[in-house]
Amino acid sequence: MARSEALTTSGAVAKNLRGQRIDVRGLLFEGALLLALLTSLLILLVLLYEVVAGGVSVLGERGGEFLQGRLSVVSAATAGVGQAILGSLMVSLIVIVFAFPLGIAAAVYLEEYAADTRFNRFITINIRNLAGVPSIVYGLLGLTIFVQLLGYFTGGKSVLAGGLTLAVLVLPIVIITSSEALRAVPDAIREAGIGVGATRWEVIRSHVLPSAAPGVLTGTILSLSRALGETAPLLIVGATTGFLAVGNVGFFDQFYGPYTTLPTVIFRWSSLPSGDFRSLTSAAIIVLLTLVLAANAIAIILRNRYEKKW
Amino acid sequence: MSEITVSSPPTGAVDLRGDPKRRRRESIIAGVFRASAIVSIIISAAIVFSLFGKALDFALNVDVAALWADQGWFPRRGFFDLRSIVAGTFVVTGVAMLVAAPLGLGAAIYLAEFAKPRVRRTLKPILEILAGIPSVVLGFFALTWISPEIVQRFFSHATAFNMAAAGLAVGVLITPLVAAVTEDSLRAVPHALREAAYGLAARKRSVVARVILPAATSGIVASFILAISRAIGETMIVAIAAGGTGGSDLALDPTQPGQTMTAAMTALAIGSDQVKGEANTFPSLFFVGLLLFFMTMILNVVSERFVRRVREKY
Repeated sequence: MARSEALTTSGAVAKNLRGQRIDVRGLLFEGALLLALLTSLLILLVLLYEVVAGGVSVLGERGGEFLQGRLSVVSAATAGVGQAILGSLMVSLIVIVFAFPLGIAAAVYLEEYAADTRFNRFITINIRNLAGVPSIVYGLLGLTIFVQLLGYFTGGKSVLAGGLTLAVLVLPIVIITSSEALRAVPDAIREAGIGVGATRWEVIRSHVLPSAAPGVLTGTILSLSRALGETAPLLIVGATTGFLAVGNVGFFDQFYGPYTTLPTVIFRWSSLPSGDFRSLTSAAIIVLLTLVLAANAIAIILRNRYEKKW
Repeated sequence: MSEITVSSPPTGAVDLRGDPKRRRRESIIAGVFRASAIVSIIISAAIVFSLFGKALDFALNVDVAALWADQGWFPRRGFFDLRSIVAGTFVVTGVAMLVAAPLGLGAAIYLAEFAKPRVRRTLKPILEILAGIPSVVLGFFALTWISPEIVQRFFSHATAFNMAAAGLAVGVLITPLVAAVTEDSLRAVPHALREAAYGLAARKRSVVARVILPAATSGIVASFILAISRAIGETMIVAIAAGGTGGSDLALDPTQPGQTMTAAMTALAIGSDQVKGEANTFPSLFFVGLLLFFMTMILNVVSERFVRRVREKY
């Protein structure tokens, strides 16, 4: 507020001093900056147009069949993404079960409990470094730990191993975004709780977490959408890129079986030379983008609606 | 909270520590939270452990001179010339920065200094949506649109798979990152600096170019370094669009196919269930991974230092 006021005053004064002349070079400068932003918009629009134009025929002609169909790299006429959607959802479920509680708990420790000791500072720096590790390196971690070392428990190259790898991948993001949400809760709320005799955990449970919930939720949804689109680590820990055999197995047994996910299928199909698979790839991208962008939109709306100004 | 038990009649000072049961619960909960935070350290240790073991196998078994020889990177035939994949990584990253630096910087300056709040609220989500596009989608876009419509249009000798197309797409991917970090650092510049400049009747463009940008240099540098680190680690775009899936000679021409470190790793991993080839073929995956890990970590630490410099200054 103070700033825009300052700008109008300074603008008026500057205008007077210049004698109402228009600063052409200034306008060109501003135009060039706006152009940078609009170029990004243009790229986004071209991308969306290309994908939709390429894939809409498949979805229009045999949409239901495509959404339920089985993975194939041979027959473009019958291939579908049913298994891929199921795989993506199962992987997401594992991420939600493992990464979210762990990440939020770690954030609570760092923001509510941790004193400013060397050890705690090390944890914080370490988490920030983890967030910058390339995703493919997490694939190698998953391959060594979840597929080989813990292969007995995860069933080797299974949904569980893939989901755990992605859970580890998004954990730093969950921690960082949840920490930010917790930090935004004013200390007065904590002090009021402590002041009436509540313990630390009681204050956190009944006041801090509910106040921070929208921010925490936004961060977790964003990290879920990141996990939905992640491909490289899953290729390393063995998401199937060829075909997928499905027997009749129970819900929980499926987690120990082979799987594929939407981005993996997109990668595999886009490396096929046949033109038929081009439109299939586009159709699969439409499905993936719908999921990812819907998650992002929900997160942004949540943030805008519940964003509190203390 | 409901019942207040006094364990022993107060003798000296009043015991204000409360119910021991409640205290015990409290310390158990604190312990659980602490353990969750420590998991992150275990993850770091696991990364180092999983990379080092097999990378060491590779380093011990490979002829070190072969890592710097002229045969190119063909792991299945036992040619491990690191130069060719490191060069590919630099070419793709360089092209990406040519896109991301001007676009991200321009967008950030416009959003932070020129856009009115309402305009900003409409335009900012563009970058957020762009940031949310999965890289595999951008890879497909690079191969099917950027390569034929842009690269091959301007360079007629360019191949269908080429590093320029991959680099341009990586540039699109990291533009939102440059914009976000730069915008933050522009907003951190104190208003007193702007007001002082306006007080001298400086034009808006002079204020931005001569006062605000120099003051935010550290943050802008940080955003570039972070973007470079992200570009080096980007995998799917390069794996789809840059070509060179089987291996690559040393290639510096962006219009030609080439292989980056990440794409080389993907090619190794999806080759087959057990990567066939030499005994060293599979461990080379971990060696490249370790190299990638260190390169990005150094860049991230440096970038973090620049960000901290901004925070300390203002």
